[in-house]
Amino acid sequence: MEIPKSFLGYKRENGRAGTRNHVIILPVDDISNACAEAVSNNIKGTIALPHSYGRLQFGADLELHFRTMIGTGSNPNVAAVIVIGIEPKWTKKIVDGIAKTGKPVEGFHIERTGDIGTVMKASKKAQEFVMWASEKQREECPISDLWISVKCGESDTTSGLASNPTVGNLMDKLEPLGVHLCFGETSELTGAEKVCATRGATKEASDKFMKTWSAYNDFILKEATDDLSESQPTAGNIAGGLTTIEEKAFGNFQKIGNCKFVDVLEPAEEPKKGKGLYFMDTSSAAAECVTLQAAAGFNIHLFPTGQGNIVGNPIEPVVKLTANPLTAKSMSEHVDCDVSKILSREMNLSEAGDQLIETTLRVANGRLTCAEALGHKEFVMTKLYRSA
Amino acid sequence: MATEIIIHDQKDNVGVVVIEKITPKQQCNCWIMENDSSTSIQSKDEIPLGHKIAMNDLNEGDTILKYGHDIGKVVKPIKKGEHVHVHNVKTKKW
Repeated sequence: MEIPKSFLGYKRENGRAGTRNHVIILPVDDISNACAEAVSNNIKGTIALPHSYGRLQFGADLELHFRTMIGTGSNPNVAAVIVIGIEPKWTKKIVDGIAKTGKPVEGFHIERTGDIGTVMKASKKAQEFVMWASEKQREECPISDLWISVKCGESDTTSGLASNPTVGNLMDKLEPLGVHLCFGETSELTGAEKVCATRGATKEASDKFMKTWSAYNDFILKEATDDLSESQPTAGNIAGGLTTIEEKAFGNFQKIGNCKFVDVLEPAEEPKKGKGLYFMDTSSAAAECVTLQAAAGFNIHLFPTGQGNIVGNPIEPVVKLTANPLTAKSMSEHVDCDVSKILSREMNLSEAGDQLIETTLRVANGRLTCAEALGHKEFVMTKLYRSA
Repeated sequence: MATEIIIHDQKDNVGVVVIEKITPKQQCNCWIMENDSSTSIQSKDEIPLGHKIAMNDLNEGDTILKYGHDIGKVVKPIKKGEHVHVHNVKTKKW
């Protein structure tokens, strides 16, 4: 298949391109959710991103909170942002961070005004933003403007046999065209960590990966009260035939094809070393991982599933694929790309990779994903430790 | 030729069922992906889609190989053609 050299995206002020054109209402903290949701209810075409944190956090955990907030607002799939927080200082910090992209952003704080006054002021601004954004048109953008993140979920052995290698095939074909790529799931590389480390493009990248994985593994060993057999693999994984974390890890690892990773990113950290594949230190929980990748600037997500994970994200479209024929049949409303014919050998991996590229480009051009049509907007912040 | 079982790597001692299920004493065709070769095996158990079958007799302490890599240890003897899963294999990690 000849791979198209472009897609239709929204060009942003900072030179990036979006596959979506959202106006978001971003609460800084848990207690500002009500305000943000009231604004998005008032002003049609906006989305509120409620979440559970943002108070009394400190240290690396607080840095991650700001990075995720600022990154989410800065993502090119977002046209404009309303930020609402209880206090002025942290609200302003997030507004200033997002403003560096050049996109319209305005902050409101609730103290000394109350919910009702804040909702009124923020709604007026949100209306202005959404009407402005509604005139933005899709334009031809080079395929290298795609930043593709990947994460698998509710995996089973069909993930390792077929749907993950399909993503790997797509990576092998798109990497030479200059796209950015990202995989994560630190804990779910356990058992395959040494093999994964050999895929660093430089010794520095390999060493950084082993350091990141070891830190995560030490944490798991410290907190674990058993062998994690209740959590990894999950009950869904086991029902699908996966027996151990090692088996899951080698299946997981098929997603990167033959690519080498150029750098290891902190959670929600924006890649800075140019095109190519990056590893991000993330949890293996689906919504947490996708939220972090979206906050790092990735504008389209590929999600292979075995038993049928249904996750979506409010700003980064999540394309689902499966190779499990039972899942493809019984949960068809969640499956954007069915590659189950690989198992019956009616389709080879390269054909499946082409089919996934085609689906990815259709979604990049504006076709809704199953998760978008079904209203999946899981926005889940990663928290590193207890608040003060 | 219909394929009932796929094996990732020539070195693997397990294969994966890729049809809805296989039944005891079923003669199964196996495809080895790595080198595009074929073999066959007779099952001993009913094994559902996505679950593993032992390609050899395995003893307690043996290593299970899949993708050509170590994915865990045998904790109960397994006969060729039997179902391989959490009841007879455990992780070596954690």
